[in-house]
Amino acid sequence: MSFPILTVTLFLPLVGALLILVIPREDENTIRRVGTAFAFLTIILTAIIWVVVAGEGAGAMQLAEEHEWISIFNIYYRLGVDGLSAPMLFLTALLTTLSLFYSARTITMRVKEYYFLFLLLEMGMIGVFTSMDLVLFYVFWEIGLVPMFLLIGVWGGDRREYAAIKFFLYTLAGSVAMLLAILGIYFETGSFSIIEIGQYAAQQPLFGDLPAAVSIAAFWAFFIAFAIKVPSFPFHTWLPDAHTQAPTSGSVILAGILLKLGAYGLIRVTLPFFPREFYRFSVEIPIIPILAIMSIVYGALVCMAQWDLKKLIAYSSVAHMGYVTMGICAAAAALPYLGNDLDLAAAASGLTGAAMQMFAHGIITGGLFFLVGIIYERAHTRDLKAFGGLASQIPYYYGIMMVTGFASLGLPGLAGFWSEFFVFRGAVRFIPVAAFISVLGVVFTAAYILWKIIQHVFLGDLDKEKWGHLPDMLWWEKVTMWPLVLTMVFLGFYPTPLLNSFNLALTSLLNGLP
Amino acid sequence: MSTLLNLAWFIPVLPFLAFVAVALFAYKSQKLSHSLVIGGIAAALVLAQIVFWTAVLLPVGGGEHAYQSHVSIPWLPAGREFAEISIWIDPATTVMLFMVPMVCLMIFIYSVGYMNFGTDEEDPRYSRFFAYIALFATGMLGMVVFNNLLTFFIFWEIMGTCSYLLIGFWYEKKYPDPNKITPKQAGLKAFLVTKVGDLFFMMGLVLLYSQVGSLAYEDIFAAETLHHLVETPFLGTTMATAVALLLFGGTVGKSAQFPLHVWLPDAMEGPTPVSALIHAATMVSAGVFLVVRAFPIFQVAAPVMVGGIPFVALIGVITALGASFIAIAQDDVKGVLAFSTISQLGYMVAALGIGAYVAGTFHLITHAFFKALLFLSSGSVIHGMEHGHHHAHAHAHHDAHHDDHHEEPWFNANDMMNMGGLRTRMPRTFWAFLAGGLALSGFPLITSGFWSKDEILAQAYTLEHGAFQAVFWILAAAAAITAFYTARQLCLTFLGEPRTEAARHAPESVPSMTTPLLILAFFAITLGWAGIPEEFPIIGGIIPNWFHHFVQSTIEAGHGAEGHTALRVLGHLSEGAEATHSNVPLFVGLSVALGGLGAGWLVYGWKPLKAGEMDRVEAALRKIGLGWLYKALENRLYFDTLYRWTIIQGTLLWADGSYWFDSHIVDGAINGAAWVGRNLSAIASWLDANIVDAFVNLVGRVGRVVSEFGDVFDLKVVDGLVNGVGVLIKALGDLFRPIQTGRVQDYLLMASVTMLALMTVFFVAVQILQIW
Repeated sequence: MSFPILTVTLFLPLVGALLILVIPREDENTIRRVGTAFAFLTIILTAIIWVVVAGEGAGAMQLAEEHEWISIFNIYYRLGVDGLSAPMLFLTALLTTLSLFYSARTITMRVKEYYFLFLLLEMGMIGVFTSMDLVLFYVFWEIGLVPMFLLIGVWGGDRREYAAIKFFLYTLAGSVAMLLAILGIYFETGSFSIIEIGQYAAQQPLFGDLPAAVSIAAFWAFFIAFAIKVPSFPFHTWLPDAHTQAPTSGSVILAGILLKLGAYGLIRVTLPFFPREFYRFSVEIPIIPILAIMSIVYGALVCMAQWDLKKLIAYSSVAHMGYVTMGICAAAAALPYLGNDLDLAAAASGLTGAAMQMFAHGIITGGLFFLVGIIYERAHTRDLKAFGGLASQIPYYYGIMMVTGFASLGLPGLAGFWSEFFVFRGAVRFIPVAAFISVLGVVFTAAYILWKIIQHVFLGDLDKEKWGHLPDMLWWEKVTMWPLVLTMVFLGFYPTPLLNSFNLALTSLLNGLP
Repeated sequence: MSTLLNLAWFIPVLPFLAFVAVALFAYKSQKLSHSLVIGGIAAALVLAQIVFWTAVLLPVGGGEHAYQSHVSIPWLPAGREFAEISIWIDPATTVMLFMVPMVCLMIFIYSVGYMNFGTDEEDPRYSRFFAYIALFATGMLGMVVFNNLLTFFIFWEIMGTCSYLLIGFWYEKKYPDPNKITPKQAGLKAFLVTKVGDLFFMMGLVLLYSQVGSLAYEDIFAAETLHHLVETPFLGTTMATAVALLLFGGTVGKSAQFPLHVWLPDAMEGPTPVSALIHAATMVSAGVFLVVRAFPIFQVAAPVMVGGIPFVALIGVITALGASFIAIAQDDVKGVLAFSTISQLGYMVAALGIGAYVAGTFHLITHAFFKALLFLSSGSVIHGMEHGHHHAHAHAHHDAHHDDHHEEPWFNANDMMNMGGLRTRMPRTFWAFLAGGLALSGFPLITSGFWSKDEILAQAYTLEHGAFQAVFWILAAAAAITAFYTARQLCLTFLGEPRTEAARHAPESVPSMTTPLLILAFFAITLGWAGIPEEFPIIGGIIPNWFHHFVQSTIEAGHGAEGHTALRVLGHLSEGAEATHSNVPLFVGLSVALGGLGAGWLVYGWKPLKAGEMDRVEAALRKIGLGWLYKALENRLYFDTLYRWTIIQGTLLWADGSYWFDSHIVDGAINGAAWVGRNLSAIASWLDANIVDAFVNLVGRVGRVVSEFGDVFDLKVVDGLVNGVGVLIKALGDLFRPIQTGRVQDYLLMASVTMLALMTVFFVAVQILQIW
């Protein structure tokens, strides 16, 4: 039997967390070092995983592990990764490590609990991306909630309790419906295996013998559970509150990874389980394209009305994640045409664009939240009206923010462009009207990034008395930001390795659809 | 030999390396920064010249019309396809490779003096400026050399970003007049307005990509692809038309065509070398070049006629004529040139719109040289005026007191009304400006502008449809007005007596600025000789019409299989009809150029304007009650005001409304649900205490009564059962009540219990069903 690298990667953060428990509370520096070191180890492991998985075989599940867990219910401990999940694992490890590294100098209260919870959170996220069994998937899905709830509730801002409870209950409400649907599927197919159920659904519709309402209800149960997490309009209002209240690193992980769990679920679970329903609600009754349009256009408009920098970026996540929904929706709308190579390529583009957006948005918005934290630490305000002319005062910060901001607005040559381009390539073929409407969001995005953020914070006159003391980025802040900036630039010019990985996995996923 | 063309790979890379080196390492040394950037572009120029001459002499790839490098980089996977990047050299690329690095190099050298090298060693902006323009050169050159429309788009956007950064270069600058746009606002405006056009472009790209599965020129311009695009219907028209119109949206934004022209005049807030480079010679003509590049698609697109004029040509003529009118009433020396640029770009677009593909390209190249020359000359004038103002001001204050902190009053060094008489003070600048101005006016025979404009007019004239005659006459009128405002500009700036102290003290610029002017002036004159029509009286044929033959073959390359199909550009015929040469357009061209210049000289040059005197055209218009017309022209026909009160305010209102909706309605619904939940829980709690308990007690009482009377039940059993029920219900109540506690353990417990309970229920249900 080969080395169970997935299990090791999955439980390594847990080992780190347990280790932190035995370190004395007063020894904060050791706790910080151990925590960051364990997170860094997962970077190495996930990089190895990605390298192993990448290549022509990225279309299939690899490094699979399977052990009986609760045999009476046919529940297995099943792990596996493909070209879709491997990059997401890497992203998880990268952002967690950077967050812990950054937190080492910004979190001074209850350090032990903080690092413990953060590593627990990492395990939950890795678990979701590696689980190939629905029960396992669900367990990790819920495990991730608790540490984030506490991170917001304990280390958050003034209204942290409200935000934390809202975050928790909202997500929980969604997942309860999903749980019902999971059980329903189990009684239909007798399996909790994501692969097997997908294959079953390719042969015959799930709940095909029952009234159509059952399968529709099950589809929406899955869809809404994931859409809340994405979050898609109109299930997004927990996000601005959670983000504004969360500590910097919490926001980074929340935007960078947790939202992607929802998108991942839509691609990994909802699409292969309910392709016919997905098609139906993308084309015949176009509810999903409308949700995507609303997320993109309306989300961007709401951004434009913000004056709190962090809240603005929080809302920008809603808008940006709308592209993910749009891309998946385009692929679903392509269902009847997948036999044709050109259509398959366009559908794969939509889906690859969605996956690319998951990755790129993680890098970019993660970076933006770090940058918000960096300025807030100094200025103790996030009010856009309070700033002005900082470009001359903190030029380094200005440069980094420029690159990140441009990446966020989808400028070609930076990572964010590819996701939009590929999503639109898919969307324009299968849901052209939605594509043409939502392109408005791109202009609004450019407007709020350049007008609200860049112009209000950096350009114009500098108030010397107020901001003359503001120091530029410190070395550890630069160390936090550079990996992200380099990734944005590299992927902007040469996205090929990542796109190829996604494309192979998603093309094979599409080929598996009926 | 053709392997030399592979050198094109390195052309965009060199300035990019210079950009990276300056941005990351060299920025602390101003001298090193500008040396790296100028060295980078100079090396790129050498490579571009090698590629140019190789392509011209072979011609292009040894007998083929286009050369695609065998070296390619796999780039974008989708489904089973994999897009690759390579080099693509065809005649259109080749002439761009002649023009772009040359103009870039001249402007870069000029910038050293213009940005005041050496006056402030500490100024970090100096190096930043050179980093930005190096990145810009990367964008322009990268756009030209690669083999697909996607890289075209990417580099196009990179240019847009540099344009944004450079327009807002002096981002802290403010003016006493609050209505005057500041550099930071102008940059934002430019970015957003062109972004609107770019989105059309991008949608055109994705549409084409999803139809063809590739964006490589050899695939999208292949005959079968074009055929497919014509045959495929899309949203009520054909795919070819949809794609062409969407791509043209990009042109409208980037080349500042009506109705997206509003950004270009304000882009003049950037440093003048930027105006010359980006907003006159290269980036704005990239929009025109896009139509040139994608011309095969435009050819096959179905007719979109508006009032009998093809859509593309219509946009072109509206822009050409409207902008030239507005230019008459501008007092800002760069403002005149800005509207002149818009108008000339409209000329090119109109040429392409009627199918005069070669003439449009020719005008693009000649215009790049003479407009860059004009901008640099005006920059030299502004620079001189600023120094003159500084000098005059310092002089006046010299005797009074030595106060280092005195604020100089704001002075508009760009205003031509403040100039006058600069001919004797800045002679080299004057001659350069004159050469550029004559080329712009199309001064006959000797200037390049004459030959390129003449070719467009000739093509417009030979077309048969009546409506195309309208195109011809509108373009001729625009040419006359162009000559008029150029004469006005020359006279106001250089003739007569200085109208201010600043003009009186303006010095000539340094040689590093005037030498590039000289070189550009050389091209502004001679370049036209490469395109003299062979049918031209007397001198025609002495120099072969090289340009026409060479560039013409670009289209034949893309169009080979279509053979002699009539060329259609959004609906009409073209180039094929050139056979009949008429002397009418020649005489019209001659007379509008000379007439315009002469009229301009009569009004402004014969008796030059005195200080404080009103503009003569304005005075004349006021006399006949048309003062409002001049006012309207001066205010650019109020487009900015219109957009501000409709689009901008509308969007802001919409944004605020959306936020209100989001926080009150969408979030309100969630909070409402939470409120309902809390109240339900309170009700349940009340029910629990009052009804359930009472019921339990009732049951207990009933039980007791029954047992007492019936003596059937064992008192203890019944009591035990009843109490058991009570305990169970109470326990359930206790379980659900903590919903309001916010303790996370309870939520987890809830989730686990729910899950277990549900699983049990389903499991039991299934077992029962199976047994049943």
